[in-house]
Amino acid sequence: MIKWWKILGFILVLYTLIYGLLGSVPKLDILNETIRNVYYHVPIWFAMLFQMGISVWYAVKYLGNNQLNDDVVSHQAAQVGLFFSIPGLLTGSVWAKFTWGTWWTFEDPKLNGVAIAVLIYLAYFILRSSLIDEQKKARISAVYNIFAFVMMFVFIMILPRLTDSLHPGNGGNPAFGKYDLNSSMRLVFYPAVIGWILISLWILNIKVRMNKLINYYDEN
Amino acid sequence: MKTKVLYFISLMMWSMLAISQNTIQSEPQMADDFRSEGKIYVVITVISIIFICLVAYLVYIDLKLRKLEKTK
Repeated sequence: MIKWWKILGFILVLYTLIYGLLGSVPKLDILNETIRNVYYHVPIWFAMLFQMGISVWYAVKYLGNNQLNDDVVSHQAAQVGLFFSIPGLLTGSVWAKFTWGTWWTFEDPKLNGVAIAVLIYLAYFILRSSLIDEQKKARISAVYNIFAFVMMFVFIMILPRLTDSLHPGNGGNPAFGKYDLNSSMRLVFYPAVIGWILISLWILNIKVRMNKLINYYDEN
Repeated sequence: MKTKVLYFISLMMWSMLAISQNTIQSEPQMADDFRSEGKIYVVITVISIIFICLVAYLVYIDLKLRKLEKTK
């Protein structure tokens, strides 16, 4: 009844919840046991980026074929992605409080970038709700979606790498490679990324099907 | 006089406590004892139950949606 990839996502995340706490991690100062947050905080952001990727993919697809179904997927994926940014921001804030000593710092380009990216996507939803005609709404928001995705990529993935950042892998900081040296962490981190992406896809799947049903009943 | 001696002794003990803590903290603090002797399994069980419940809810919504899709 339930598709195999949904079950796989469930098993992978459950595995990382258990072995993320039981497995061994490198002993590092300041980070201490909080290094385990790599298993939970980071995959949430990967799921968010993946959803935004799906959103822009279907936006481009819509511009090519004008099928409103593709616009539904694009819109819903952006919603799921924005939803995943909430636990991402909250967990990052808590982690920062206990390692960097502050809930939020404007010194870190990655935090600023994420804040701007979330605002850009909020504007996407405002833009959508301000247009009434279905085709017009779909086309304009698809064009804006491409802009939003590119801006998010620049703000989250590129700019933090050009300047100093508290985040690993940015500026002069060591990348995940430093932690990845520990192969037992890699055995939990990668399944967590795949697992959370699959869970986010499951939520997207339910939302898209629900919206198609609503559209079906609106027309009939 | 008696209180002064007591005060002195308590200060001595306090500094000993501080020294002993310094030596323990020479390597990064990890929850090693917590993991081997503590009840970390309880925490893992609680987290797992919450996640299983959430996914069970997803399954429930998924199946209900399937039923609706069939009736249209």
